[in-house]
Amino acid sequence: MGRYVAGLSEEAEKGRVKRALKRKKLGFLVNPIAGMGGRVGLKGTDGREILQKAIELGAQPWAKERAREALKPLLRLMDEIELVTYPSLMGEDIAREYGFIPKVIEADLGDVTTEKDTKRAAKAMLDEKVDLLLFAGGDGTARDICSAVGTSLVCLGIPAGVKIHSGVFASHPVRAGELAALYLQKSVQRTMEAEVMDVNEEELRREIVSARLYGYLRIPNVERFLQRTKAGSTGNEKYSQEAIAAEVVEDMSDEFYYLVGPGTTTSAIMQRLGLDHSLLGVDLVWQSDLLGKDLNEAQILKKISGKPTKLILTPIGGQGFLLGRGNQQISPEVINQIGKDNIIVVSTKQKIHSFHSRSLLVDTGDSALDQTLSGHYRIITGFREAIIYKVSFL
Amino acid sequence: MWNPLRESSGIVCEREKIMKKNSTFRLREKFHQAKWDEPVIFEMHTPGERGVLIPEVEQEIQEAVGDGISSIPENMRRKSKPALPEVSQMRVLKHFLRLSQHTLGADFNIDIGQGTCTMKYSPKINESFVRSPKAAAIHPCQDEDTVQGALEVMYKLGTFLQEISGMDKFTFQPGGGAAAILVMVSIIQKYHELRGEGQERDEIITTIFSHPSDAAAAAVKGYKVITLYPDEYGLPDIAALKKAVSERTAGLLITNPEDTGIFNNKIQEFTKIVHNAGGLCGYDQANANGLLGITRAREADFDMCFFNLHKSFSSPHGCGGPATGALGVREKFIDYMPMPLVEFDGKKYSLNHNLPHSIGKVRGYYGVFPAVLRAYAWIMSLGAEGLREVAEVAVLNNNYVMKKIQELKGAAISYPKTPGRIEQVRYTWEKLTEDTGVSTEDITNRLVDFGFHLWSSHHPWVVPQPFSIEPTESYSKAELDEYLAGLEKTVNEAYEDPDKVKNAPYQSVVHKIDHHPLDDPEKWAVTWRAYLKKQKKGE
Repeated sequence: MGRYVAGLSEEAEKGRVKRALKRKKLGFLVNPIAGMGGRVGLKGTDGREILQKAIELGAQPWAKERAREALKPLLRLMDEIELVTYPSLMGEDIAREYGFIPKVIEADLGDVTTEKDTKRAAKAMLDEKVDLLLFAGGDGTARDICSAVGTSLVCLGIPAGVKIHSGVFASHPVRAGELAALYLQKSVQRTMEAEVMDVNEEELRREIVSARLYGYLRIPNVERFLQRTKAGSTGNEKYSQEAIAAEVVEDMSDEFYYLVGPGTTTSAIMQRLGLDHSLLGVDLVWQSDLLGKDLNEAQILKKISGKPTKLILTPIGGQGFLLGRGNQQISPEVINQIGKDNIIVVSTKQKIHSFHSRSLLVDTGDSALDQTLSGHYRIITGFREAIIYKVSFL
Repeated sequence: MWNPLRESSGIVCEREKIMKKNSTFRLREKFHQAKWDEPVIFEMHTPGERGVLIPEVEQEIQEAVGDGISSIPENMRRKSKPALPEVSQMRVLKHFLRLSQHTLGADFNIDIGQGTCTMKYSPKINESFVRSPKAAAIHPCQDEDTVQGALEVMYKLGTFLQEISGMDKFTFQPGGGAAAILVMVSIIQKYHELRGEGQERDEIITTIFSHPSDAAAAAVKGYKVITLYPDEYGLPDIAALKKAVSERTAGLLITNPEDTGIFNNKIQEFTKIVHNAGGLCGYDQANANGLLGITRAREADFDMCFFNLHKSFSSPHGCGGPATGALGVREKFIDYMPMPLVEFDGKKYSLNHNLPHSIGKVRGYYGVFPAVLRAYAWIMSLGAEGLREVAEVAVLNNNYVMKKIQELKGAAISYPKTPGRIEQVRYTWEKLTEDTGVSTEDITNRLVDFGFHLWSSHHPWVVPQPFSIEPTESYSKAELDEYLAGLEKTVNEAYEDPDKVKNAPYQSVVHKIDHHPLDDPEKWAVTWRAYLKKQKKGE
């Protein structure tokens, strides 16, 4: 904690921690149906019919177990935090089971909870001014919270869903609880924006993967605790992104159009250029001017037609997709026009290390193109720093 | 045959026979470390308290030399007195003795858990040489004629290392591995500059499992650093190297075996690809302990290499102090070396200050002599065969430990598609963490309760939940078994009572250290002044 070297006596230290914990509020939310589809072979539980099917197939409430594990590391702070939660299955039951005396936000819940309940609960947590919202669920839950509160609330996911593609989840429920405790004790104060990915379940069941980058949630920044980067702590992701942006901008040439894909790392490049940009979309830049924002495929093709163009990409999501997840606007036609040699790949090292030597992936929908695109790429990882990394196709 | 000298060098002989027998050991479950609740020395500050009272200088001397301060240029004189703690001699002594009991030093614990560090026995007899006035009382400014013995030791150790590596000349000036790497990069840079390619060749290639100083030293010299990642076999990818080299390549800095313990058997192909692109190749031999007398830098076609005398050659590790990165180069690059070099004309040892392309100095004088002397004595006690035996026993010990660790639930070697390792292994607790939530850091904390150290700081965690074990040749089978018993007990606890491991240690000095402030520029403080400043800011 505050003991940088040594110094404060144990008593003084305890007193300081106690004072710091005064009035700390922890929001605690469980999506009770999350994860029920996983064990019975469904791809998720978004939608009432699927949930019914899951229950028929014998699905057991799984989120409850996971949420329970996450609360354990917080028990020692019981007297020092105020737990704010939603009624019955959405948090209250587990909290009481452990002896918390929670503040329960009033709400009428049906016998089966829905995404509307999640969204309403997240909004209520924002109104309650909780310091941290700890939620148990999957990508769908993260998406609902994201749509309700955006990045205005610090959140942290307890992995309890079938789909965990988003970067907002801790690597393990216990880790989520531990990280929440550290954050509330102010040992961890930095936050970062992490990706909320949304894979369409309907299509996934038909074996079509269509993921998109839905948005960002603000989470405590300790990489070793997080799902998407089990890579140990290597410093601040924000500084890495700024260093990458400096490198890319220094090398920009007036002769090329630059098509900038979605992501926080690519968005740091736009920030360095001082340009308005879309975090989740594709933007076009020429000579440091914005030629188009949040372009769709047709707009891109029209604008870059006949112009030498470079494409700046960063891997999206926990599986490391360079193309085909979250940036489908960059279609095979767009890539063919730009050419493989004009692709610039950027990524923080933290993110690369989270893939544990697995290749980055492309899945453009055109298998011949995917094959052409695979191979080794030079990936810019910092100022005057690059790595050589393999890209494969599915 | 029993060889008392070899025994004193830290190899336990007849190792093959011993390995097959059951050893007698006891896991120290009642271990408890001293806990002094010692303040930081700055907190012991008492104004006016003194360790040494220096008498006033006599009038006569004062008149002759002046006040000693006015000869220092005005702008170099500090305006205020340094804020050093004022503490008496006896309190200082106690303070540091207490602190020394807070550590798990190399001479206390079975220090095999610091993989990549090559923690071996530093024979105590060698201390009597370095503490002898013949070594301790000489000064680097002395005339060559009066230090012929010291120069002879340096020259001869150079020739030993030439034989071990196949290089043509060595210097001991670099004060550690990172300094030796800096010299390698400096030579590479100077070489290209003199060929008129200094500007164009602005990239250094290295690998993620090489020594991190390879990348750092290159960056310090202004190079763009291109890092290669391993393939599924844990080896740096040849295809990636081919993609990396170009007319911009200045050189390759690489460790082999890398920190995974995997030997890159395609290393000749690597040096060839880089040479063909016009680059030079520097071999980081920080992991040389399993290769002594077996493979050489020359045969792998490296232009230069270095050894850590404080790792492979038994001198103790120094925390930036008495270490030595012994740097060797091929004939073609001798002119680029730091000066001076020790030469011998058949009669007399001398210092050569005349190297036309020298990169200059990386440190004063010609090296850390005590480290050189210890390494010399160690090699002399072993002989050529003994050195090879060091490597063989280090590999044998590693194989033994590796087999035992692979039998532990939840533990595995990284990159299992390559089963063989040299002198160390980068393992992973990934399975154990998934099964139990217990992380490598938790296990590290628990092992402290048995008096062991396990080092998990292998950032970046390309291998998840990593730990590395490097048993070297020094530890007895009983000690290896004791350490393994500690690991086994901890693993069993992780599965049966994970909280026990997660709340550890119980028997150590500081029970839990929160590492997060070390990651946060707003919070970290490595000096007392920074601590006070940031603490004030935080209130």
